[in-house]
Amino acid sequence: MARISAGIATSHVPAVGAAIDMGRTDEDYWKPMFDGYEFSKQWMRENTPDVAIIVYNDHASYFGMEIMPTFAMGIADSFAICDEGYGPRPVPVVEGAPELATHLAASLILDDFDMTVLNVLEVDHGLTVPMSLMFGTPDKWPTKVIPLPVNVVMYPQPSGERCLSIGKAIRRAVEQFDGDLDVQVWGTGGMSHQIQGARAGLINLPWDKQFMDDLINEPEVLQYKPHLEYMVEAGSEGVELIMWLIMRGALGEHVDEVYRFNHVPASNTSVGHLILTPKEHS
Amino acid sequence: MKPDFHQFDDIPGTTIFTIEKARAGFHLNQFCMSLRSAENRERFLADQRTYLDEWEMTEEQKQAVIDRDFQKMLDTGGNVYFLSKIFASEGLSYVQAVSTMTDMTTEQYQAMMLAGGRNLEGWRSKKERGEA
Repeated sequence: MARISAGIATSHVPAVGAAIDMGRTDEDYWKPMFDGYEFSKQWMRENTPDVAIIVYNDHASYFGMEIMPTFAMGIADSFAICDEGYGPRPVPVVEGAPELATHLAASLILDDFDMTVLNVLEVDHGLTVPMSLMFGTPDKWPTKVIPLPVNVVMYPQPSGERCLSIGKAIRRAVEQFDGDLDVQVWGTGGMSHQIQGARAGLINLPWDKQFMDDLINEPEVLQYKPHLEYMVEAGSEGVELIMWLIMRGALGEHVDEVYRFNHVPASNTSVGHLILTPKEHS
Repeated sequence: MKPDFHQFDDIPGTTIFTIEKARAGFHLNQFCMSLRSAENRERFLADQRTYLDEWEMTEEQKQAVIDRDFQKMLDTGGNVYFLSKIFASEGLSYVQAVSTMTDMTTEQYQAMMLAGGRNLEGWRSKKERGEA
């Protein structure tokens, strides 16, 4: 039986990818942030999953405005790296997990989550920056990936309830897969940030920390937080945090907090990071 | 559920990219998407007006692009992730481009971020700020 062994939450700031790609991680500006991921890289070396389901959003990199799927799933053998306007990031191609992905997509659709099925997908910093943070700069990624893009760019985004629920459905579907696989679910994006308008640069670290506490301890309450509150309190782009609820839903009722890290700023963003594991028998 | 697009109107200095805005900004955002290819970036930068005229954008949107008036682009349906392709084509970072939408210079904006970012106090509501 496949099983979900851990959940990872992390911001996916594009400038973090650029700092890695340009070898600037030791600079005064960046070092404190990257130091915060040293524990995680070590932990990940000891807990490398067979497959990571990475919940992220595309930033007008692969999806234009022709099609805007609310929830989508990449079921291909591999995923190329997008050119986001500066040329593609120099990172390895992302290998897919088509057997589990087709099972998952079908299970979710039958459970009334109307997934958009992606047989072709190029992935952007939303997916590759978390991989760089957790795995460093290997020649080949050590895990297979199922990309799960969510629309968090255009209102209405899916509700928090819907995000927590799809996470729960992912857990059920993984446990019903015939195959001995260690699977992690990653929720990416956030934390507080706003990159547009006169209010740009907004950071709300106390709110971010409370969100982490609630995600761990009170997800059943947190799911009802309206989009408006995310946008007012965490900035217009802070609404990305609904994606963390998908990860949380996949971990079951109770979790153990393995690691937590906060850092301000990375570019325009409050960086937040969690490693959670499901509590036994929860 | 009936959508409430006006619930965001009271947030100061913020343009929420709704499905309605996306409709108005469709061609502007699609023009931005075209800049994902190096060849198109070169062509755009070489002759912006000619390149823009290939798109069904309003004159206001085209002028906003030429002026690099990102706030105007947001107002006319642009989304910042799409608009980022314009400043990326010139090698500018998010911080450099985003700061132009505030009342700060890029240096002042960066200093604010290093000091912990913009404090939310006073930035929750237009009504509270006397802007509504």
